[in-house]
Amino acid sequence: MGLKKMMVGLLGSVIAIGGFLEVATADLKFPMLVYRTGAYAPNGIPNADGFVDYYKMINARDGGIGGEKIVFPECETGYKTQVGVECYEKHKENAMVFQPMSTGITYQLIPKASADGVTVYSTGYGRTSAKNGKVFKWIFNAPATYWDGASIAVRHILKQNMGNIKGKKIALVYHNSAYGKEPIRTLQVLAKKHGYKLMLLPVDHPGQEQKATWLKIRKQRPNYVLMWGWGVMNQVAIKQAASIKFPMENFIGIWWSGSENDVMPAGAGANGYKALTFNAPGTDYQVHKDIKKYVHDKGQASGDGSHFGTVLYNRGLFQAMVQVEAARVAQKIHGTSKITPAMYRDGMENVDLNAKRMEELGFKNFAPPFKNTCENHGGSGLAAVQQWDAKAKKWNMITEYMYGDSEVVDKLIAEDSTKYAKEQKIAMRCN
Amino acid sequence: MIYKETGQFKSTYESDHSIFPLIQDKIAFNILMLVAFLVVPFFIDSYWEKAILIPFLIYSMAAIGLNILTGYCGQVSLGTGGFMAVGAFATYKIMTFFPELNIMIIVLLSGVITAFVGILFGLPSLRIKGFYLAVATLASQFFIIWLFNKVPWFYNYSDTGQITVSERTMFGVAVTGANAPPYATYLFCLILVVVLGFAAKNMIRSKIGRSWMAIRDMDIAAEIIGVPPLKTKLSAFAISSFYIGIAGSLYFAVYLGALEVTESFDIMAISFPVLFMIIIGGLGSMLGSFLGAAFIVLLPIFLKNVMVDLIGLSAVTAKHFEITIWGLLMVVFLILEPHGLARLWSIAKEKLRKWPFPY
Repeated sequence: MGLKKMMVGLLGSVIAIGGFLEVATADLKFPMLVYRTGAYAPNGIPNADGFVDYYKMINARDGGIGGEKIVFPECETGYKTQVGVECYEKHKENAMVFQPMSTGITYQLIPKASADGVTVYSTGYGRTSAKNGKVFKWIFNAPATYWDGASIAVRHILKQNMGNIKGKKIALVYHNSAYGKEPIRTLQVLAKKHGYKLMLLPVDHPGQEQKATWLKIRKQRPNYVLMWGWGVMNQVAIKQAASIKFPMENFIGIWWSGSENDVMPAGAGANGYKALTFNAPGTDYQVHKDIKKYVHDKGQASGDGSHFGTVLYNRGLFQAMVQVEAARVAQKIHGTSKITPAMYRDGMENVDLNAKRMEELGFKNFAPPFKNTCENHGGSGLAAVQQWDAKAKKWNMITEYMYGDSEVVDKLIAEDSTKYAKEQKIAMRCN
Repeated sequence: MIYKETGQFKSTYESDHSIFPLIQDKIAFNILMLVAFLVVPFFIDSYWEKAILIPFLIYSMAAIGLNILTGYCGQVSLGTGGFMAVGAFATYKIMTFFPELNIMIIVLLSGVITAFVGILFGLPSLRIKGFYLAVATLASQFFIIWLFNKVPWFYNYSDTGQITVSERTMFGVAVTGANAPPYATYLFCLILVVVLGFAAKNMIRSKIGRSWMAIRDMDIAAEIIGVPPLKTKLSAFAISSFYIGIAGSLYFAVYLGALEVTESFDIMAISFPVLFMIIIGGLGSMLGSFLGAAFIVLLPIFLKNVMVDLIGLSAVTAKHFEITIWGLLMVVFLILEPHGLARLWSIAKEKLRKWPFPY
């Protein structure tokens, strides 16, 4: 038995060292769940780089938040739920906020984080009904939800058809997971309201196999195709759409299906593809100048620095900016720079990113202003449509930021969150 | 020397038939149990619970289940993910139908339901063998996942197809849901694994287990000496699925708490890893099920923690190394010892027996 016991003991003790080596410091901890490997890496890398560069810039330019340095340990999830759980348990001690970057992991963390008192910020993804702050105290999904996204896409289609889409056929190509299924309910309700026909086309993880899906589209000729995709699925779908000569301007992706990495592989075929967005691409903003000066010029860029200014990189900047701003608000509310996770949540709930504040932060005209309140954790719900110009290799905004169909969405959110509150026996807040 | 059997006389059938015939093994096992039951619960924190011990116990349970079918009865199955999904969704449905039912009963019932599903999908095994059977069980995997995706009744018509556990208690302590203390969930899983582990060990040593092995070794010969293939194969499918169903139930109710069928029970997430567990651990070995589960579940976490926290590599570099090292180790182990870690252990025991005077 000696050898076995010894091996078990050894293994155990080394795992223990590994698990508990993390040093507790007074710094503000923003753990990062990232995926720079696997089928979702093409989207995960630019986003993670945006986060890291922004944190580095804040540390270098301002010396942290209110004098407290930001620490941001990375944990590689590979977009896998189980690994996400491991990462969360490892880093939750004293963590200010988790940004899971995966709807599956977000669903996983909602009950856990609520019990542990840790803020989860799922920027424009995750559980839509978490917008209802009365039920989801610790969960935030500003500035827009999937249901906003779905109704904005339909609104865009309505506008193009002079408000009448009766009898039109709209197909939804979606990642067959909690993420992709999110908009279905809203699209069904909207189908009833506007009289269009909805076609549902699930694509299984990781999404490389879509021949059958697009064959169906070729046969049944829907007028519009919406897409809820992520990772390689986006690239494959856009390539397939191009190969069956589907009119690209009638193909609209959610904000997670509209980055450079998604359209580039299809080359000229992707020209005219549309996607929603709640942040602008490009490098003409003050924040980019600061990052250039304090991070990139010192050779400290995250990764190879090649994603600077891309859609997902910029979204990473935006997400990181909101998280940092929440810490500042919390410091102001509680009058101390050494905030606890509970204080941080108060900060997140009182984030008010109006146009003026955005400008101060170097994000002038970068994203529509939004504000969190006790009842509303989902921000403004504003998003715009952008279109890909394959020749210039550039995304162009083609509409103003617009609201979703709040009449439909708000009702669904209230319904779903009340159901959850009942199931989990949660008492309503904000009365 | 360490494993000296000399002087250990068995004077009754009972002692001769005990699970651990050697006193050294018995002592070691008892110490392990004492530590697991009386020491660990006092020190366990949520990282050890959620990231290490609970997954280890649950995968061990699934590996025991698959080992009964594949290792002892010789029926290759790739349907583990599907059967675990049946366990998980059975738990969810029973939970929502009967809110008052005790969680232990729910878990066991889920196992029973999975056993019936297992029998159903085991029927083809009467006609097809080997690789062909593997393909047939593969079909069951895809069918079950598709079913739980397609029919909204299974996930109570939730918008996203997610199922979420609600809180259930044992003796007033929560064992499911986010508020369950680590010691409670750990003990809950441990008790099930230990009790069912002993049950499996004893089944294997009794008539039913011997008939499984007879079928595995040569089914025609077994039939000639009077082992009914129908009953034997289906009983292996039933009991194996029972274990796998319980693993699925715990995976959903205790470990993850919320899941979505395609991601959580994907063939790459469950079926293949569990098959690797029993191959690497040792086909037809109880110890092998545990060692295999440890290898597949704990080694990546161990490698990651060493590389990121001790050596200080970045998360992504560590991940690349982890995949490489893990794969290499798998190949190395299989080349050095095709019969698995359990065989490696028994060779070590043999060496210890002769040590320090090998002949």
